[in-house]
Amino acid sequence: MAEARRELKYWEAISEATVQAMEADESVFVFGIGVDDPKKIFGTTKAAYERFGAARVFDTPVSENALTGVAIGASLTGSRPVMIHARNDFMYYCMDQLFNHAAKWYDMLGGLMRAPIVVRAIVGRGWGQGSQHSQSLQALFAHVPGLNVALPSSPYDAKGLFLAAIRGDAPTILIENRKLYEVSGPVPKEPYALPVGKGAVLKKGKDATIVAFSQAVQDALEAAAVLKGAGIDAEVVDPRWAKPLDKDLILSSVKKTGRLLVMDTSWKSYGVSAEVAALAAEHAFSDLKAPVARIALPDMPAPTTQALEKVFYPTVGDVVHAVEKLFGRKRKGATRLRPAAKETFTGPF
Amino acid sequence: MSEKDLKDCGVARETLVTLYSRMLLIRRLEEKIAELYPRQEMRCPTHLSIGQEAVAAGVCSALEKDDTVFLNHRCHAAYIAKGGDIRKVMAELYGKKTGCTKGRGGSMHLVDPDVGVIGASAILAGTIPIACGAAMSYKRKKIKRVAVCFFGDAAIEEGTFFESVNLALVWQLPVLFVCENNGLSTCTPLAKRQVPVPIHERVKAFGMPVAAVDGNDALAVYEAARDAVARARKGKGPSFIEASTYRWLEHVGPNFDWSLGYRSKEEVEDAMRRCPVKTFEERLAAAGILTGGQKTMLRDEISERVEDAARFGKESAFPDPHELLEATDG
Repeated sequence: MAEARRELKYWEAISEATVQAMEADESVFVFGIGVDDPKKIFGTTKAAYERFGAARVFDTPVSENALTGVAIGASLTGSRPVMIHARNDFMYYCMDQLFNHAAKWYDMLGGLMRAPIVVRAIVGRGWGQGSQHSQSLQALFAHVPGLNVALPSSPYDAKGLFLAAIRGDAPTILIENRKLYEVSGPVPKEPYALPVGKGAVLKKGKDATIVAFSQAVQDALEAAAVLKGAGIDAEVVDPRWAKPLDKDLILSSVKKTGRLLVMDTSWKSYGVSAEVAALAAEHAFSDLKAPVARIALPDMPAPTTQALEKVFYPTVGDVVHAVEKLFGRKRKGATRLRPAAKETFTGPF
Repeated sequence: MSEKDLKDCGVARETLVTLYSRMLLIRRLEEKIAELYPRQEMRCPTHLSIGQEAVAAGVCSALEKDDTVFLNHRCHAAYIAKGGDIRKVMAELYGKKTGCTKGRGGSMHLVDPDVGVIGASAILAGTIPIACGAAMSYKRKKIKRVAVCFFGDAAIEEGTFFESVNLALVWQLPVLFVCENNGLSTCTPLAKRQVPVPIHERVKAFGMPVAAVDGNDALAVYEAARDAVARARKGKGPSFIEASTYRWLEHVGPNFDWSLGYRSKEEVEDAMRRCPVKTFEERLAAAGILTGGQKTMLRDEISERVEDAARFGKESAFPDPHELLEATDG
């Protein structure tokens, strides 16, 4: 079908999903700091604003915690709010409303009410975004029971996970990585929701499993192509959700390949990569032929200078090496990598 | 503050009797809780409103059933005043599955969506922005409802309070902020925590319509709430009421606490002489609205309901351990 091969950029897929969600359900509104400003959240709210106007796409005071409470209150009374953080680092301000209220509303109040809020958390990466403009908080959100956490890694997922969140009944955080915003990929025109808590095998393989989240999926796929040339057939699994985690999908792949590399876009300690590694240790120990390997960020705030950013963020080469190590191979010279894709993420925002 | 003669106050006799009976019901139920609490069968932090009943009764009597209220850790009074079921309160305190939240929330999270109690949080200022969100829904959907949040004087020390006041005004939301000022945050007096400018004066500086009322006078509270609710329903935005009152008992638990030394026995006894239930009862009698016979009937009926609720709570079943994960999202 020609239609299915239509390509959109990641941000365009979010924009389209927003418009379709608002068309389908009058109770959906979009709000957050700067959603109607000239830049319209990297373009993602432009189409919705033009189509539905200021009554349904509106700017707010700079009060992240109260605004999260507003979203909760609106969701309890028949609205479907979408709250956007252009810089999700400001979400530390929201932790009380997210963790003490949104996450607990259903269980704490005896299952009488739900708080179906959708929060778009946009994460910067590279180009000197630095320590307070590049934090990816999936582990934090996934740790406290009651929130769903989705990490779209492609335009297709961006649309399908957004629509899953807006149609679902659980409060949901969507973590969008700025480095993916200009990535293009096939996106069906009609609205579709991906299933909650279900991941996908993006490349089948028999020798090793790479479980990767968000932007790391891109690196994993690229590494898998390189590894193929080196005689290693890696399977790439994108769980799509940090919570609920698709344990069955991960375990069936690990049990098949016996080797596991986990990649996360956030810090290593106490993070999502640790959760996946623990899952394998608890439920697939006897299938493992090598210790589980992890690629994540060093336990430190992100540096700004490009000289240090280069070593702070893992490269495709690091992924290739990590998988080869699962086979006990020692590196002999540099693996031939394709030249790095042109950097699409430029400043100043 | 001088008290109005109830005879010519312009408020329907029925409403005046409702104010009284709601206060009495709250008082009797909480006295019962205080009596049973030491038996270690009600095992959750419980904050009693004894001495503060006029605020909840006054505000909730100015609301319609579909209006919604958002409560805090000291939430029994407003839950009851809004029409909540006292059997469910007792069951909740006993941790039974027939409780308001099936034993999940306990004393600090009494809710009942059927009577418009749709939020209660133990975190100071927690439900203030949530009430604003409900008000936003009503405004967007053009439903003439009002959302009300109750909070204490310490909650306004949280940034969320001022964030909410600002956005409620910017967006002209139909929300009523009710500050139940009992002058204490646990054991810490207001003067140690806040600037010596009355709370309502500070909020007024935002451009908020404010009222400062004697929170022990149910009629005064009712009238302020009635006016604020009418404004909100007409699309005229939020209001703020500061109702000054006094907490007789310890912050959490069933006992007097002057032995701790942070306040004197005399101070508490002075407040007890200004008991909101007793003074209102005397005013009703003086105005000839409540005869001795009616008073006795009402008291007997309420006592019977309270005994029944306590029995219901105690005799109800605990949740089955297998139910632990039932209310959990996948």
